[in-house]
Amino acid sequence: MNDHDTLGERLAQQGVSRRAFLKFCTAMASLMALPPGSANAIAEALIKAKRPSVIWLSFQECTGCTESLTRSYSPTLENMIFDMISLDYHHTLQAASGYGAEKSRQDAMENFFGKYLLVVDGSIPLKDNGIYSTIAGRTNLDLLQDVAKGAAAVIAVGTCAAFGGIPNAKPNPTGAVAVSNIIKDKPIINISGCPPIPAVITGVLAHYLTFGSLPELDELGRPKSYYGETIHDRCYRRPFYDQGKFAKSFDDEGARNGWCLFELGCKGPTTHNACATTKWNGGTSFPIESGHGCLGCSEPHFWDAGSFYSALSMPASPLKLATGGAVAGAAVGIGASVANRMKKNAAKSAHETSTIADLEK
Amino acid sequence: MKLPGNNLKDIPVKTDNAEEYSVGNIRALQAEIAACLEKLAETGETGIIDLNSLPFAPGEYEQLRQALGQGEVSARIEAIGPSEIIETRYPGVWWVTHYNVEGDIVADLIEISWIPEIMKSQPDDIRTGLELLRAQLDDALINDEVQQ
Amino acid sequence: MDQELFLTWVRSTGLDIAVGIFVLGTLWRLIEIYTLGHKPDLAVPRHRTGASGLHTMFRRSVPPPGMFKRSAISYVGGYIFHIGLAIIVFLSAQHIKLIQGLTGLSWPNLPSQFIDATAVVTLATMLMVLVDRINNPVKRFLSTFADYGAWALTFLPVLTGYLATKHLLLPYTMMLALHILSVELLLVFLPFTKLMHVFTLWVSRWYNGDTNSRKGVPV
Repeated sequence: MNDHDTLGERLAQQGVSRRAFLKFCTAMASLMALPPGSANAIAEALIKAKRPSVIWLSFQECTGCTESLTRSYSPTLENMIFDMISLDYHHTLQAASGYGAEKSRQDAMENFFGKYLLVVDGSIPLKDNGIYSTIAGRTNLDLLQDVAKGAAAVIAVGTCAAFGGIPNAKPNPTGAVAVSNIIKDKPIINISGCPPIPAVITGVLAHYLTFGSLPELDELGRPKSYYGETIHDRCYRRPFYDQGKFAKSFDDEGARNGWCLFELGCKGPTTHNACATTKWNGGTSFPIESGHGCLGCSEPHFWDAGSFYSALSMPASPLKLATGGAVAGAAVGIGASVANRMKKNAAKSAHETSTIADLEK
Repeated sequence: MKLPGNNLKDIPVKTDNAEEYSVGNIRALQAEIAACLEKLAETGETGIIDLNSLPFAPGEYEQLRQALGQGEVSARIEAIGPSEIIETRYPGVWWVTHYNVEGDIVADLIEISWIPEIMKSQPDDIRTGLELLRAQLDDALINDEVQQ
Repeated sequence: MDQELFLTWVRSTGLDIAVGIFVLGTLWRLIEIYTLGHKPDLAVPRHRTGASGLHTMFRRSVPPPGMFKRSAISYVGGYIFHIGLAIIVFLSAQHIKLIQGLTGLSWPNLPSQFIDATAVVTLATMLMVLVDRINNPVKRFLSTFADYGAWALTFLPVLTGYLATKHLLLPYTMMLALHILSVELLLVFLPFTKLMHVFTLWVSRWYNGDTNSRKGVPV
């Protein structure tokens, strides 16, 4: 079995029936948030798809994105995805290590130059020449620029790779930046989230492999089929928001009745992701359903947008200028008052009248 | 903002009646299904609704099961994991649930049609089966000849 | 600058600057105005029932005889949109949360549908009042840029707030950021325009009532 046969050939060789393949394509349509009737179109496209090489680079990250992917609820589906790709380099999942692993990467890059998919998770530190994260003696920056040269497209998985993420939060000691801050000449898909929903990661991979192109992206480079709506738009608690029924504190009567969590800091209205419909852990639940407001983890700078427990209508940081303003205002007021009195007294001494208009001059 | 007290025992337990809690999805789905059924009856056009894309409130999924009920047909497919198909109490409205080998749901659909696509035998599989059958017939023939 | 950064800025730095200027301006003007004092009135004050500063503070809430017929819209429209503003600002859950964030105080909120209806009525009324100002030749003659500016500074927060909660016109994040920005503009300019009447209204009425009561005239 050639590693890079078409999927149709591989499935036939494994004795998978056309009906089973159709079931797989139905599941893929659901996964990719495409209309359910598109299973046949997906089948047509997939049956001819060749397995592209995928190189996965892990930079300044917590490995949560890889964990999310491998913890995904339908291992058979993911197995089929990984059947559809040839994962030629991945720190956590590969068996090889050391020079052997690096050689796999070099070989894949040479053999499939211009055609391989580059997946990146983690941010890239730039400070002090990028010394804060290195692999095999090379900085992340150097590695990214090198590997991206022959990539057909770059998939930035997780908020760190997509927007800089937690390392990028104030004061950003390592100078962490997103992939899109460094790579400017390749198509980039941002799959943001901390971590992203596993079905979204595989769905985007599936889309690229099925249709050979990137899905439609929003202005932040995220696939519109998953990030086109906010959590708020699809939240099942929305009727309570519209009626003004809010939980006032965790575990109070309103919270137990499943009321809206706006006052407890939910960032659902400003967060684009599929959590409200696709949910987590195989459709079990998502943060709001479990009683905690959305953190906004798929948006840039979510860590610096004020407390997770401050409502969107509350200040994002304490006010510092108010007292200074008060003191300054009082000082100016008193100063103006003194100046006015002096003018009035001067006018009085000169036996002239003074009016407001005179004072305002 | 009040945080819950330190003593877990102080938090009284309140259970929700799953049958009653609803944010309106059931009614909306029933209306959509009715519209699709009408199209099916009049023009033969089929429809599919992907349940994965809907924001169900806790308990509403079970309420939907109860609302649609079970009709005359139930079928089970074993292909890279089981798939369960039932015709609901409304003929033409089918509930198709695909599972992987671990038993997790990979697709959950309401199909409004004469019969769900997945139940039909596929032309490619038919041809493969025909070749297999012909091969077995040929073998049987050869065996008969040998015995004679 | 992307939407999220803009929203975070108006919720932190922008608000800080706006409140700072607001407090500075308000204290400055209040101190400057009230330290001006007035010429001591050396006449013997006359007394007349119904003539005092306190009386005037409340009497001015009712239109003077004949004025209602001349310009009903000023009074009806004025009361409606002022009360509407008060309801929206002080009785909507989101704003109570903001006040709680700044001062620690909070109180029960009104249902959102009620606030929505109030917003619509307030917007419609403010538009009517503006149209009247433009159509009436005397009012038009008297109106300056500052008058229209004050109207806009008050109108925009209600409009953008309504659009944001209803998810209309622009994506929510940008709409909310524009709403907060419009409020910050209102705060910044309030102390330096006629909107200062928020603080000076009651004292002005009392002052007028008091000075005239010494002359024995209820105003």
